[in-house]
Amino acid sequence: MSPAVEATALSKSHGSVRVLDSLDLRVAEGTVFALLGPNGAGKTTTVRILATLTRPGSGHARVAGHDIVTERSRVRRAISLTGQYAAVDETQTGAENLRTAARLSGLPRRAAARRAAELLERFRLAEAGDRLVRTYSGGMRRRLDLAAGLVRDPGTTRVMFLDEPTTGLDPRSRQELWDAVRELSAAGTTVFLTTQYLEEADRLADDITVLGAGRTLATGTPAALKSRYAEHRLDLVARDREAHLRLTSAASAVTTGSVTATPDALSLGVPTDGSAAHVRALLDVLDPERRDVDRFTLHTATLDDVFLALTDTTALPVNDKEPSRV
Amino acid sequence: MSDALSSATVLAGRGIRISRRNLDAVITSMMLPIMLMLVFVYFFGGAIDTGTRYVTYVVPGVLVLCAGFGAASTAVSVSEDMRLGVVDRFRTLDVGGTPFLAGHVAATVTRNALSTALVLGAAFAIGFRPAGTAAGWLAAIGLLLAWITAVSWLSAALGLVTRTAEAAGAVTFFMMFLPYPSSAFVPIETMPSWLHGFAEHQPVTPLIESMRGLLLDRPAGDAPWIALAWCAGLLTVALAASGCLFRFRTR
Ligand SMILES: Nc1ncnc2c1ncn2[C@@H]1O[C@H](COP(=O)(O)OP(=O)(O)OP(=O)(O)O)[C@@H](O)[C@H]1O
Ligand SMILES: [Mg+2]
Repeated sequence: MSPAVEATALSKSHGSVRVLDSLDLRVAEGTVFALLGPNGAGKTTTVRILATLTRPGSGHARVAGHDIVTERSRVRRAISLTGQYAAVDETQTGAENLRTAARLSGLPRRAAARRAAELLERFRLAEAGDRLVRTYSGGMRRRLDLAAGLVRDPGTTRVMFLDEPTTGLDPRSRQELWDAVRELSAAGTTVFLTTQYLEEADRLADDITVLGAGRTLATGTPAALKSRYAEHRLDLVARDREAHLRLTSAASAVTTGSVTATPDALSLGVPTDGSAAHVRALLDVLDPERRDVDRFTLHTATLDDVFLALTDTTALPVNDKEPSRV
Repeated sequence: MSDALSSATVLAGRGIRISRRNLDAVITSMMLPIMLMLVFVYFFGGAIDTGTRYVTYVVPGVLVLCAGFGAASTAVSVSEDMRLGVVDRFRTLDVGGTPFLAGHVAATVTRNALSTALVLGAAFAIGFRPAGTAAGWLAAIGLLLAWITAVSWLSAALGLVTRTAEAAGAVTFFMMFLPYPSSAFVPIETMPSWLHGFAEHQPVTPLIESMRGLLLDRPAGDAPWIALAWCAGLLTVALAASGCLFRFRTR
């Protein structure tokens, strides 16, 4: 099956600023894909290009099998989009906004009204449906905007683009959005989302690409990224300075990874795979007489580590043109 | 094509709903022409010799003025939709530039039909008694609607260029100004001679002359055809310009 999204060497400049620099992406049909990146990395630009709202400066992309420049209409009929900023009318009610969008998507009047009612229910806006959007809270507006992005019959939406869908949502609404994403995905829709929340990418995404200054920094499954860019670590606190010295030299001898020692704090970090067996064995090897280690904590790798490691510009090999593939 | 038509209809409905809720703006845009009509008739009218009662002379001009006010609001609403990203939602739903603008124009024309009726009502109240036939009325109203459509579309095109609502309001000033240097309020002969050339050949003059002729059942000559040609010409320019501008703004 052809990929749902396939981009080759996408570039885009605004004046002299290179916003996207030869970006390659591939999203398999039916999967959830997350584009991660710090502010200004080019996430919104990527989504807008793929959703046919902006033209790429150079490069090619196909979405749902259609070229985003030469087959714009076909692409539009196969996608749905909720942008980063709410695109709803303040002086229409929630229900009217949804009905307008549903009618524009091609539904006849009654079906549009039904779809609008369904979506209001699903996004907990049924009560507020007949109120002007002007009176909505920020989160309600966001939910309405997401609902408006879903008006199209799920059967015909092959790729759903969500640009920072959960920014500004409370935990419960976020959970509901996650459920909605999983539901869409289970029904076969490919979901392409951007997010600043690594936890979100970790929970939802099958694949992640980390973007920095318009370039791919890394791409892979959440688990692969974690094991590649962020290791589990056993953090030890030594009883005293001598114990710290002994532990440091023992650790350097047993591990192939890098040991981080902070003598002033009497602390020491040793790479581990995080399993109980390995941690126990490590403690035994480092401190056979059980007198040097005062306390320990296990640091579990998170996508935050990956993100920080990758987007910390000082830590990045500057000339590393090849994005890492894991 | 039918897609485009139904999108335009849906968007026109949206535009009308939204303007119904911005009632203050709508009322202002209706009150202003009526106020101006009163000012012209009662303050200036006595001093202007038009050969007929002044109210009879001035009403077509006020209707055209009113059309200008209405059309100016199209630029503002188009520019707001562009600025706030609402247009992005429409675009991802595969609504093209033409149905998008057509929706705005249709909403303006509907609003304007209403304000035209109100102005006419007020005119009757202060003694406007035209002698036109039913056919004359229909033709006059048809011509006015054609004019409103053309200038609204022009205004919509301007709304695509301006980045703020204020700027959009400002650039449409000429539409509201155009009736003054025409035969709308005073006979052209009373204007300074250097203005005659412009006043006689600008689009509002044949429009006004033909509306006067049709409403008062007097010979209008070829003025209606000239007015109609102006409307068609302006609409063509507006369509072409807005098409290009929409593509340019949404690159
Ligand atoms: N119209 C524009 N003119 C000039 N620069 C622009 C324009 N649009 C975007 N940029 C620049 O492009 C870069 C990427 O912007 P983009 O909105 O894609 O980032 P993002 O990853 O979505 O950021 P955020 O997380 O803040 O939403 C930024 O540096 C931004 O300033
Ligand atoms: Mg963004």
